[in-house]
Amino acid sequence: MRKVFGPFCALTGLMFACAPFLIARAPYESTMGLVQKIFYFHVPSWFAMFTAIGICGVASLVHLFRTSPRADRISEAAAEIAVVFGLMGLVTGPLWGRKAWGVWWQWDAKLTIALLLEMTFISSVLVRKYGGPGSDKLASAVGIFGLAVVPFVYEAVNIWRTIHPLTSVVPNLPATMGLPFWFSVAAYMMLLALLLMLRVNLGKRQAALDELYLVYED
Amino acid sequence: MFFRTAWLVLKKDAAIEAKSWEVLTTTLFFAVSCVLIFSFAFVKEGRAVEDAAAGILWIAIAFSGTLALGRTFERERYGETLRALLLAPAPRAALYVGKLLGMLALLGLAELLLVPLIALLFQATLFARPLLLIALLAGGTVGFCAVGTLFAAMLVRARSRDVLLPILLYPIIIPVIIAGVRGTAALLGATPDEPTAIMWIGVLGAFDVVFVTLSLWTFEPLMAE
Repeated sequence: MRKVFGPFCALTGLMFACAPFLIARAPYESTMGLVQKIFYFHVPSWFAMFTAIGICGVASLVHLFRTSPRADRISEAAAEIAVVFGLMGLVTGPLWGRKAWGVWWQWDAKLTIALLLEMTFISSVLVRKYGGPGSDKLASAVGIFGLAVVPFVYEAVNIWRTIHPLTSVVPNLPATMGLPFWFSVAAYMMLLALLLMLRVNLGKRQAALDELYLVYED
Repeated sequence: MFFRTAWLVLKKDAAIEAKSWEVLTTTLFFAVSCVLIFSFAFVKEGRAVEDAAAGILWIAIAFSGTLALGRTFERERYGETLRALLLAPAPRAALYVGKLLGMLALLGLAELLLVPLIALLFQATLFARPLLLIALLAGGTVGFCAVGTLFAAMLVRARSRDVLLPILLYPIIIPVIIAGVRGTAALLGATPDEPTAIMWIGVLGAFDVVFVTLSLWTFEPLMAE
């Protein structure tokens, strides 16, 4: 892990440095023009958030039923990272919405789910911070329930017709737009992996330090 | 065995409650004060804003429900009898079901008071389709209490549990609130919109099935020390 970390870090940095050039060279979308380019950062940040939520859900299940400190550290890290990427999506989205829809926020299916998931994962971070002993299991339960609630919100909010661009846009991208898009997705996924590695390692050190304190006190 | 245990837990809580009526009276009073506060916010020139009654009803249920949930395990905590309860040679999920039934009875009583009160204060035609309204209230209350009782149980040992309960609970039960408010609002107009209300009852039913199952499944590992 430690050996690959340096090169991995450098490569991710390089990819983020290159991304603006690729995005600048991509063609303008016919109706939206320049504002559409935020899509190269907006969509990948949601991809990264949903990946983090998936990781968090699985790790939470493992921790809840098998009590594995390693799974707990992963679920803790993934929840925090989901909050970070969700925040990126929630900031870039309204910037685009203001230009494309004329309003900062719409109570649309995808936006509501996004906000709700962000709230759920913030609450799991809060419970870890302020819940005291035993809060790791609480946070894993929140992770699992948060995952289970997604289809209901989707169904419930879909009644108010959605004006968000459909997800079917992504597979049908022309190559000139597809290349910078998938490049950004790859960069975001690498950033996700990098942050996860860092945060899990930090958790591991913290646990080791706590153990040392206990030994010292005895 | 399972249902007998659940019944015993419910009976024990009911017997304690019948001595002081503490939880019931405070919850009912809080529900009524919620309605009053919202009535000041949503009544303009003597008339309520459109659909406000549906929103106020569900917010009052959610808020007073949270207050009651915070105290479902309070007596066990004070008496330090939770461990004894968990050690009892009975399925742990039965304890959860017993507590859940107690919460459902409590909120059912609160709704018996809230619905006529809101119908009266806001001239809302809540009784136009009584069966559909009952189905909406039942579906919503079961969903709310299923998640709420589980979260209240797992927060028993946590620090600052009073603050954490609503923080954890509200994001998860938002679908219940959406379905409850929209379904009730559909019943309110001059001509009640039955298909919409029935559709929302379906959403609530699906939510209840998933979350009661999930709660029964996770209660055991969550209560392990």
